[in-house]
Amino acid sequence: MQSHYTLLDHTADLRIRVSGTVPADLFKNAGLALFDLITRPERLKPREVVEVAVTGDDPADLMVNYLRELLYLWTGNEKLVKMIDIVNISDTAVSALVSTDRYQPGHHEILHEIKAVTYHQIEVSRTEEGWQAMVVFDI
Amino acid sequence: MELKKISPYCYEIPKSGSMNVPGRIFMSSRMADKLREAEALKQVANVASLPGILKAAMAMPDMHWGYGFPIGGVAAFDWDSGVISPGGVGYDINCGVRLAGTGLEEKEVRPALERLVEALFQNIPSGVGSTGSVKLSAKEEMKVLREGGRWAVRHGFGEGSDVERTEDGGCMDQADPSVISERALARGAKQLGTLGSGNHFLEVGVVDEIFDEAAAHTFGLFHNQVTVMLHSGSRGLGYQVCDDSLAFMAKHVKTLGIQLPDRQLACAMIRSEAGRRYFAAMACAANYAWANRQILLHRARETFQQVLGIGPRDLAMHQVYDICHNIAKREEHTVDGQLRTVCVHRKGATRAFPPGHPAICEAYRQTGQPILIPGDMGTASYVMAGTQTAMDESFGSTCHGAGRVLSRTAAKKRSKGRSIQRELADKGILVKWTGRSTLAEEMPDAYKDIDEVVDAVHGAGLSKKVARLRPICVIKG
Repeated sequence: MQSHYTLLDHTADLRIRVSGTVPADLFKNAGLALFDLITRPERLKPREVVEVAVTGDDPADLMVNYLRELLYLWTGNEKLVKMIDIVNISDTAVSALVSTDRYQPGHHEILHEIKAVTYHQIEVSRTEEGWQAMVVFDI
Repeated sequence: MELKKISPYCYEIPKSGSMNVPGRIFMSSRMADKLREAEALKQVANVASLPGILKAAMAMPDMHWGYGFPIGGVAAFDWDSGVISPGGVGYDINCGVRLAGTGLEEKEVRPALERLVEALFQNIPSGVGSTGSVKLSAKEEMKVLREGGRWAVRHGFGEGSDVERTEDGGCMDQADPSVISERALARGAKQLGTLGSGNHFLEVGVVDEIFDEAAAHTFGLFHNQVTVMLHSGSRGLGYQVCDDSLAFMAKHVKTLGIQLPDRQLACAMIRSEAGRRYFAAMACAANYAWANRQILLHRARETFQQVLGIGPRDLAMHQVYDICHNIAKREEHTVDGQLRTVCVHRKGATRAFPPGHPAICEAYRQTGQPILIPGDMGTASYVMAGTQTAMDESFGSTCHGAGRVLSRTAAKKRSKGRSIQRELADKGILVKWTGRSTLAEEMPDAYKDIDEVVDAVHGAGLSKKVARLRPICVIKG
């Protein structure tokens, strides 16, 4: 998992670069990167599937809205994401089936309190190898 | 980016491109020489391009790269023709600091310090997603959002004098809970009376230097006195309010025809329904934060009494003040000789009102508003007082802390092979923490030199030094 994203330097927050072969792959990897920062995914079991569907004005806006929705699974419902299956994706809409595990204190370790997904320097772009995104998380 | 020295402690980014006003950074020449963070300067220039900004986009010496606005940023907008931006307040709305003095000296607490740190750690819920000892019904939560610190005192968490000695009396009356989302309410219901994680802390300190005897006396501070400092905010409720508002304003701003250099600067005209709704929601989160810190102080009082086996009279834990350092406020300021109503955004900056200002409680009318500046956990914190110069130069604002200098990743790297806990213990500081990487990420090396930051705002006249506090025990989330 670690290989699909890298941590970039940011003084106050967490900034990542994530890559994927096609947009669906990019969005899947971005969501998994978020939960790799929050917890140790190898300790999670895919117990419950949740459907996530969001829209955005463009791919960058869509990325923020999608990650923000995934983050709320944790901050609002204490669910940690193990696997993501992107069902449909366009420039302005994405839907996914997300396998989650309920947070168990003591069993699951929380590594970072991510307060939010920010728009700061948000970028979703096409590269020679495929697709990449840059995202800053507020912690 | 060009930086022009315009006075011994003030540097200017001249107006260029889409900037409506210049940028102004308050710092010493030594700090200017060391300034390497181009991103933070760019953020100051970006803020200067927002509609209705007055005088200058400002940054304090503890400035560093944030998202949207820089951390340590101050920007005032004309109430009638300017904007309000959730990114100019930040996710942790009314993140702030509270300081209480006690009737105790260090020698009376030192023998019990290990038991005290354990008990504080037990009694003050901390860490990611920690849930509080106060369970709120939906109806009570609405009251917290409307009443702030007063709600907490009414429910037995503290004393009336605590809220009197709180910025805005611990309550912004523009709060309107009807604009708060279900998600924000759900998060808020579980977390009242929790410290949180990251840079939030409870610190037991000792007054080790007094610079202004008269002001220190008025603030109830004396040499060798044991103090308690709290740093926390509005928890998940505030993060959600900011997130909801940004999601809305990112769309809304497009209808206004405002070109933004960074989407995180999404905003609305203050005098619009969107602006009013954000201000009302932000005020709710601010009130939640004041209730939160009020409960935390109450827990600290209980814990001291329990561990030291003394009553409230002997403990004499009295609140010095409580300040917010992530907020937008409606205030009156003189701009180019004219009194204007403005919306001052302080993101990682503290209000610094001068002696005689009507917004300061009666007890501090002569000294100016107390300002609480926490440093890193191994060095010191400061108590300062507000000045007329701050009113004239920086919309009544000053710095908020040391300011990060290392990213969290860099701090972790720097701490490899070291025991931060041991290093602090060698300095006589006991520390207890929750998160695995908290101690490394928050190590003293990760922050700027607090003495240098405080000397810069003192030198610039934005606030004056009253007392220095040295930590003896720290609880981290």
